[in-house]
Amino acid sequence: MDFIYHVEGGDFTNAGSTSSEVKRMLKKLGVSPEIVKRTVVALYEAEVNIVAHAYRGDISVNLDSDKIHIVLADEGPGIPNVDWAMQKGNSTASPKVREMGFGAGMGLPNIKNNSDELNIQTEVGKGTTIDFVNYFNK
Amino acid sequence: MTIGEVATLIEGEIVCGAEFQDRNVGRIIASDLMSDVLTIRDTEDLLLISGLSNLQSIRTCEMSDIQMLLVVRDKAITDEMKELAEENDMIILKTAFPLYKTCGILYGAGISPIY
Ligand SMILES: Nc1ncnc2c1ncn2[C@@H]1O[C@H](COP(=O)(O)OP(=O)(O)O)[C@@H](O)[C@H]1O
Ligand SMILES: [Mg+2]
Repeated sequence: MDFIYHVEGGDFTNAGSTSSEVKRMLKKLGVSPEIVKRTVVALYEAEVNIVAHAYRGDISVNLDSDKIHIVLADEGPGIPNVDWAMQKGNSTASPKVREMGFGAGMGLPNIKNNSDELNIQTEVGKGTTIDFVNYFNK
Repeated sequence: MTIGEVATLIEGEIVCGAEFQDRNVGRIIASDLMSDVLTIRDTEDLLLISGLSNLQSIRTCEMSDIQMLLVVRDKAITDEMKELAEENDMIILKTAFPLYKTCGILYGAGISPIY
């Protein structure tokens, strides 16, 4: 099963609505609560990153019997130094993002900790693609 | 202690989810940083106390499986927030007390911190 969702940069009102729908879907399918939580925490941080740092993006969710594969592809400034961005505490977030309770530089580390496979591709001036997989039976 | 008893101790008001006031509060985390809250693995019986009151604080509870939220300093809780909270069977309290006082009272009453 494949699903596609759209996310607008700067739209903090709707930030998290995709994660919310995916959570409902995984629960309905009977995926274990622990894996549902890992998946939606990673997805939510990545979704908030599009809202906080990019212009717009598409989230595609691919469900298999044994795994979920999520790709978040955005148009945005890209990440000049991924190693730097992956370190806990490093952030370029605006004060507005911090007011929302994010912007502490913990999102990418959280995504890493809550995914089984993570791949980040980014091009400065173009955008970023975050791609992760979680397996249902570990 | 139940979340209803917590409401009494901090002179709080139940904003939504009154039907859940018998829920047990086993542990507490106080944070305005949602990424920090999202790192908590075991959120059973957990109450989040926060000075942050917006849709993202409710979303964070939703993703983290946290079903009890206490908003301090009388921050406004919008209808949109309440709706989202209700969809997730959450109970939300609010108090006029600031964060330090709220935490002091509940810590003094014997509720464990999460860390
Ligand atoms: N989708 C994205 N597009 C552009 N930059 C991003 C994106 N995601 C993350 N970044 C960059 O990586 C940094 C660290 O991200 P993260 O760990 O989520 O922390 P935070 O979002 O709190 O700043 C961000 O501050 C930003 O500079
Ligand atoms: Mg982030």
